Amino acid sequence: MDTAVKTGTVIRKVRVATTSLAGCFGCHMSFLDIDERLFDLLQLIELDRSPLTDIKEVGQCDIGIIEGGLCNAENVHVLREFRRQCRLLVAIGACAINGGLPAQRNHLSLPLILQEVYHTSVGLADGRIPNDPELPLPLSKVRPLHEVVKVDYFIPGCPPSAEAIWKALNDILAGREPELGHGLIQYD
Amino acid sequence: MSASFSIDGKSVAFAEGQTIIQAALAGGVYVPHLCYHPEFKPHGSCKLCTVMVDGRQIASCTTLAREGMVVESDTAALNDERRTLIEMLFVEGNHFCPSCEKSGDCKLQATAYELGMMSAHFDHFFPRRPVDASHPDVLLDFNRCILCSLCVRASRDFDGKNAFALCGRGIHTHLIVNAKSGRLADTDVTLQDKAVQVCPVGVMLRKDKGFAVPIGKRVYDLKPVSAYAEAAAAPQKE
Repeated sequence: MDTAVKTGTVIRKVRVATTSLAGCFGCHMSFLDIDERLFDLLQLIELDRSPLTDIKEVGQCDIGIIEGGLCNAENVHVLREFRRQCRLLVAIGACAINGGLPAQRNHLSLPLILQEVYHTSVGLADGRIPNDPELPLPLSKVRPLHEVVKVDYFIPGCPPSAEAIWKALNDILAGREPELGHGLIQYD
Repeated sequence: MSASFSIDGKSVAFAEGQTIIQAALAGGVYVPHLCYHPEFKPHGSCKLCTVMVDGRQIASCTTLAREGMVVESDTAALNDERRTLIEMLFVEGNHFCPSCEKSGDCKLQATAYELGMMSAHFDHFFPRRPVDASHPDVLLDFNRCILCSLCVRASRDFDGKNAFALCGRGIHTHLIVNAKSGRLADTDVTLQDKAVQVCPVGVMLRKDKGFAVPIGKRVYDLKPVSAYAEAAAAPQKE
């Protein structure tokens, strides 16, 4: 940055948005695990919508990073907003890439699950299945992101390690396709 | 002087009757594979070991090595096709590595790492494949089956029990248990069977013992699958 200012070059920071759909925020936590390298990163990027900024709507961005898969209509809506606003879309973590843990429900019928969770389980006498119109409708199957929109890059892992995230982000910021070698590419 | 051929520019010695993959692995040259196993008759079905000889693609597990043969294996074109095969295996079954006991010891996963598979690319089938938990010692989780037929061959040719078979055709091909009830409990399969030991993925799992080796310290966590070429050429130590 300092060099850039001195030579009069204007460096626009790369605008990045992040969100968690049907995820557990574990990938965001792992992202924070890059620790003091966050300072280096913030020299290069600025954050738009993200759990870290609490901005609610995604604006025009260079990179959108999405954790979690699609389990309801709102997830799909947010994903499409991200796709529309972001030049590059990055799926991070198992859930975004193959549905992950939430997709373990895919072999069961949705009505059956709702019955079990809200009605018939032990201790739920007279429980009712929530149907407030404000609640997003669940999808019949949990889907990974790339089945609904084009995803440019993937960072696998549950969650990906801080090292893997750091390597992938550096590759993407340098304009390269992210490449994770042995030890960084992990699906578990 | 023994006979030899070249693979990716490296000269590899072979004995009469050896296949390309046998000689290559023994010579320390890794060729990706899933259904190949040194102790069993080749099946030639996973196609991961496909190599290029004289401008033609051939399965290196079913092709005998010949003197002076020029083999290409580790090329961008072949590895792209191998990665696609792996991606298809991942979407056809239910492969959720974070919740699988085999993670880190799984050949499918390790091969996907080796080939740099960042996502399974295709739409997931999410097939419904109920597990068979009937056996007291062995859990049978069909969700992860890649139809390599190693358990079929091991049970038939090594254990002498013929407990497994592949049934159906094409996309409907699936692993079954050779028992009237179709349940593993109604076979004479034991935990010590080669058929149980040989599964490259997480279909056959030992009950009552899990995560004895922590994730991160398992076979393919320590070294990539390509570093085990010579081990893959030799019979497994029990």
